[in-house]
Order: sequence, then C-alpha cells, then structure tokens
Amino acid sequence: MLSDVLLTVLAPSNLIIIAAATFYGCFVGAVPGLTATMAVALLVPFTFFLDPIPAISAIVATTTTAIFAGDISGTLLRIPGTPASAAYVDDAHALSQAGKARTSLFVSLITAAIGGVIGVIILMLVAPQLARIAISFSSFETFWLACLGLTCAIFVGGGTVPKSFASLCIGLAIACVGIDVAVGHPRYTFGTFDLLDGISFIPAMIGIFAFSEVLRNVQILDKPAETIIHATEKVGAAMKAALAVVFKYPKTVGGSSVLGTLVGALPGAGADIAAWISYALTRRFSKDPEKFGKGSLEGVAAGGSANNAAIGGAWTPALVFGIPGDSVTAIAIGVLLLKGLTPGPRIFVDQPELTSALFGSFLVANIMMVPVGILAILASTFILKVPRAVMAPVILLFSMVGAFAIAGTVTAIWIVLALGLMGYYMEKVGIPLAPAILGIVLGKIIEDNFMVSMIKAQGDLSAFFDRQYSMVLGIITLGLWGLLVLRSIREISRSKPQTEG
Amino acid sequence: MTKALNRLLGASAIGLTALVATQAAAECDWKPERAVTYVVPWGAGGGTDANSRMLASLLSQEFGQPFNVVNRTGGNGVTGHSAIARAKPDGYTVGAVTVEINTMHWVGLTDLTYENVTPIALVDIVPAGFTVGKDSPFNSVQEVLDAAKAEPGKLTGSGTSQGGIWHLALAGLLNAEGMDPEAIRWIPSKGAAPAMKELMAGGVDVVTVAQSEAKTLIEQGELKGLGYMHTERMAALPDIPTTAEQLASGFTLAAFITVSGPEGLDKEIACSYEKAALKVMATPEWADFKASRGADVVLMGTDDLNEFVKASDASLGETIKAIGLAK
Repeated sequence: MLSDVLLTVLAPSNLIIIAAATFYGCFVGAVPGLTATMAVALLVPFTFFLDPIPAISAIVATTTTAIFAGDISGTLLRIPGTPASAAYVDDAHALSQAGKARTSLFVSLITAAIGGVIGVIILMLVAPQLARIAISFSSFETFWLACLGLTCAIFVGGGTVPKSFASLCIGLAIACVGIDVAVGHPRYTFGTFDLLDGISFIPAMIGIFAFSEVLRNVQILDKPAETIIHATEKVGAAMKAALAVVFKYPKTVGGSSVLGTLVGALPGAGADIAAWISYALTRRFSKDPEKFGKGSLEGVAAGGSANNAAIGGAWTPALVFGIPGDSVTAIAIGVLLLKGLTPGPRIFVDQPELTSALFGSFLVANIMMVPVGILAILASTFILKVPRAVMAPVILLFSMVGAFAIAGTVTAIWIVLALGLMGYYMEKVGIPLAPAILGIVLGKIIEDNFMVSMIKAQGDLSAFFDRQYSMVLGIITLGLWGLLVLRSIREISRSKPQTEG
Repeated sequence: MTKALNRLLGASAIGLTALVATQAAAECDWKPERAVTYVVPWGAGGGTDANSRMLASLLSQEFGQPFNVVNRTGGNGVTGHSAIARAKPDGYTVGAVTVEINTMHWVGLTDLTYENVTPIALVDIVPAGFTVGKDSPFNSVQEVLDAAKAEPGKLTGSGTSQGGIWHLALAGLLNAEGMDPEAIRWIPSKGAAPAMKELMAGGVDVVTVAQSEAKTLIEQGELKGLGYMHTERMAALPDIPTTAEQLASGFTLAAFITVSGPEGLDKEIACSYEKAALKVMATPEWADFKASRGADVVLMGTDDLNEFVKASDASLGETIKAIGLAK
C-alpha cells in the first residue's frame, strides 16, 4: 500500500500540479485584496478535469502558499493577506521598515512550512479522534472560544489595556452592521443594499491598515531621509538570520503549530483565532515581550506557524464528517463530492490509500512552498527600492481594486476610505489597529453563537456553564477578564502621576 | 474601445436574432456570441453552486462559449436574485433562481417575486429531511411529534435562518399536523453544515435540512434519518420513508434550483436556453453527476416550471402566514 501511495503522491503529474498551484497561490496571496478562498473558488473549474488526488492537492497547495504569501503584502505594504496575518502585521512591517524585510519574510516562510508539516502529521495520527472533539463543540463552546480570541487581542495590542479595549470595541461596533443573525433585522445599513451583509473584513482590513499607512506616508514625504532607509539585505545573510530565529525559538514554533492545528480543527473561525491566541501566548511567555508589536521576529514566527498549521486542522472535520471548517474546505468538499468521493468517518477505513495520498500531498505542498516562496520573496522585495512617492499611489490603487474585487460594489471603496481615515486617527492617538480587525472578524461569530445559545437555553445564562467543555472555556475566559481588569487599573493608576506632572 | 465595439456587435446581433425570431416564430436557435455570466446567489461549495457549475460547464460545451459562474452571495439570497432579475435581458446573464424567490418577498426581505425572473428549466429538487442524532430516542417522525405535543417547546430544531426554507419545512409540517408551529422551537443557524454540527454536538434535537445534505452522515451512522418531505420515494433514497407515507396530513416540502433569466427575457432566447438545458441534462455526464450527489435527474421545461413555481409560491405563502412570519 505504501508504495502505491508514494507512486500517487510523487507521480510527475501530481508534482507538476502542486508546483503550479504553489505559484498560483503565491501570486494570489501576495496581491492585496485577493484571498485564499477566492483563489480556490477560481480553481474549481480546473479541478473538474483532474483526478481526485491532484484536484485536492491543488487546493491544498494553493491555500497553504496563499496564506503564507499574504505575509508578503503584510510585511512590505502593511496590508495583511488574511485576518490571521493581522495579528503580527505590525511586527513584520516594523521589521521591514528597519531594513529586515527579507529576514522577516524568510521567518514567515520557514515557520509556515514547519507549521504546515506539523499540522499534517497531527492530522495523519489523530484526525478521527480530533474530529470527534471538534464536532462536539456546540454554540456554547464556540461562543467562549471566540471570547477567548477577543481577550487575546487585548493582550496582543501594542497599547495599554484600555486603548486596546477601545480598539476592540470599534471593531465590534463595525461588526454590528448588517442583518441581525437571530431575527433577521437590518442594522445600521441606512437602507443601503450592500451593507445588508455587513462590512466584510477585507475592505475593512485594507482600509484600516493600508490606506491609513498611505495617509501617514504622505505626511513624511518631505523628509527625504525616510525614503532611503529600505536597503535590501543580502539573501544569504537574511536566510541565516531567519534560520537562527527558528532555532532560537523551537518551542514557540512547535507549540504554535500544535495549538494552531487544534484550534484550526474547530469549525468556525479556527485559523484566525489560532494565530491570535498563539501570538498572545508567545508574548506572555516571551523573554522580551516589550518587543511585540514593534518588530518581534518571535511574534512573526508564532503567528506564521499557527495560521499555516490551522489550515491542516481545518481539514479534520471536513474529511471526517464532511462538515467544513472554513470556506476553503467547504469548496473542497464540493470538489470531493463531484469526484464521487464522500467525506465521512468511513473514508479512513474504506479508502485508506486515498486519505494517505491526501496527507502525502499536503506534505509535498508544504515543502514545495519553500523554494517557490523564496523566489516570491526575492521578486517582491524589489518594491522596497521604489520611492515612497511612487509607492503610495500604487498602494492606494491596489487598495481600491482589491476592495472592489472582493465585494463587487462601489460601497466597498467607500468603506476602505472611511475606515482608512479612522485607522489613521486611531494610530495618531495611540489606539492599536489589530484588535479592531479581530473585533470585526469575531464580532459576528460571537453574536451569532451567543444568540443561538440564548434561544436554546431560553434566556438561562447558567446554560453557558452546563456543558463540560463550555464550562472549562468559560472559566478560563472569565479568569482572563479578571486579570485584564486588574492590569488596566494598574496601568491607569501608573499613568496618572505622569499626566498630572 | 474593443469592449464597446463588442457590445455593439453583440447588441446588433441580438437585435437581428430578435428580428428573425419574430419573423419565423420561435426557432429556438439563439446562441451566445461571447461569454455568459451565470449568477449563483449562494456560496461556492454548496448544493446550488455545485449544480449550477456543472450545468454551466455543460452549457458552455453546448454553446461553445464560456459560462462564468459568479457567486453573488449575501442578504439571504436577495443580492444574487436581484442581480439575476435586474440584469439586461439580453441572454448574457442567467442564473440559479432558487426556492427563496418564493419566500423572500413574503417575509419582507425584498419586493422581488417569481414574476421578476424568467424561469427556464428546473435543475434540482431538494426535499427537506427530518433527521435526528444517532443516540436520539426517536425512531419515527410521529414519535417526535408526539413528544413535541406532550411538552411543547422542549424540543429544538435547526437548519437555516429564521424564516428560511428549512424552518418553513418544520413549522409547516407542525402546522399541517394541527400543532403549534412553535411546538418544536427553531434555533437559527447559518446553514445546513453548522446545523448538522449542532445536531451531532447535542445542541438541537432535529434538523430539517435537505435530505441530500444529511445523506452521507445518515449512511455512515452518525445521524438517523426519520423521513423526508416528498410525495414519493426518490430512487437515490429508497430506504427512508417519506412524510407523505408517514403522516396523516401528508405534508411535503421541497426546495428547488432553477436556471432562470432576467425579467423580460426574449422568448427566443429563453426557449433556446430551455432546449440546451434539457439536452445537456439528458446526457450521461449529468446523470453521473446527479448520482454522485445522491439526487435524481429531474427534467422540467419552462411551461411546467412556471406552473410549479407559481404553486410553490402560493403554498409557501400560506405556511409563512400560518406561522406568523409574513410581513
């Protein structure tokens, strides 16, 4: 059986398809505004002509590289490719501005590959068992998990607790726009058709990060010194530095990968929550937490490995029960069904060669991502040599096109502009941007699961602690909230004498 | 420039065909001369998307022009359906109009009705299921109903949003059986997959999502199928009884997917699409595709479909009014 599997996985046709998908994913991921989901959706018509294994390999290879390549635009332009990359975009961009763009990107790439490989290994060993646990998460548990993610955002935020909390609340307020999940009433849409579905996080992310960055750049254009900071590093030196980082923090990379896989396996916003929790935990246990948010390679390593590991994790419920963990696996299930393969508990028993070949392709895709990623990094860092006066309008253009492409409406462009202004002023008063993004992404999930839980329990709050997992998650979350209150009281009392003096 | 030229050429071509059509009554041999947009109001990877993509690729072979599937999701289906209904009726935009065209206007989401689109052919018919968890004490639909009668509001059901089609299936069934439509409380969900996850996690007692969605998990012993809401057993689902067999009221409810054009689509263009759609749906490729999804091939042309959609609109309207969701 093993030789059969190897033959399928390492067949030249399969390898060529994986390589092509890697390039494709890299391109789509690196272009701001194009997402992994979009890349996979565009891939579907081609999979019609492929055998099941190459078809799924192509999807896997596209997503893994697209998620990594999202870091390219995040690092160079401060436009994160996914909400998961938003956790560490400030670090990556700060590194890039300090002239270490390639080091940061190589760290992203290597940790992404390690995260991906660890994710697949966990999948091979315990996918059915992991899926059992994932599937037992009802709305109560999902609610607490999302709360935990939000709490991490406050720990992550570069500012003080009250300022991070303010940022989070801005994000949550934005998440309120759209049709109410429980009763279907439109909120804050002002009769605009396009707002019925809420403010999608991609235009929001482009606005808050990219457009506000452009506004800031325009202000410092007069200072010519600023424009020549970006000298690119030598490739060899950058690679060495990146490897040194990975070897320096093996626990961070390993731990974040395992955590990423486990959280990613939970249906819902797995990958996003995974990256934020890993980043927050790493910061908590780091020897130099003050660097986080200002250019910490450790932070990039934690987030970078967690979000790629989560991609593997998301396949668990999809393969084992045919229940998608995210929109990419939802499409992949469609493709599998189209090929006459039905995901389900029996797929592991009835077609072991199929699942083994799938996992083999996952591995190959993650490994092949490394050389392709290096090429992409080398090709893309040239934009650092472009003067800011030229870059700013180009970023602006990309922001608009990206936002329009994702939503297909002009409203998206207005969202970019409005939120960009907001992001600019938030930074000016020292409110961190990243928690707002997580608020937008998780706001809907929290509300949805809270309302559903309340309807189920008929308004009885104690039901949130009735179930085993939900009790554990609830107690952890409430405990963290207690800690946060203490910390913010300390911060406020500490800052008082300064303001008075 | 070239685009404008193309559009001009296209427009004059349509004008020409229209002219020919009026002269030589409905020849049904209109052909697109450039790419056609195929709007799907629901997300990629779902049932509507899969059916539409397959049909689009077969139509593309038939017509020799690309058919670009575009997922215009959002607004509980309003966005995509509006995009289809309000497109220029030149034959270069068609789309998947689904059962929601007959529910959205009753619950006040939009003014669009089936009269704002031009149904061409039926693509799929999707009966609602009646599925419980594998450890559920219930073994028939009647047992669930009896339990709900004994303790109204204790059991919960899920499958879609409030007022969504699978909610109407459950509430309509309870109503038809002379029970309070709220006797099994509805827990809104974002779709079939999250609802089935809730069912497996023990969060709800019943889901009434499409039988085809639950099929795999039932076959693999993770869920228990107690019935599906159809008039007769489908060839793809021979072992589960229908509600028509099980219940006194014989209540049935099936969602549907059509291929439809915008309002006011030219008869010649519509019947050309009808001819092509019925032709490709009779091919072995389509049959294989349907079989792989556990569904039967349905063939229904424009005339029957119009009647079908109209009847469905009336009966869904009745159900929505009965359960107090009408606006």
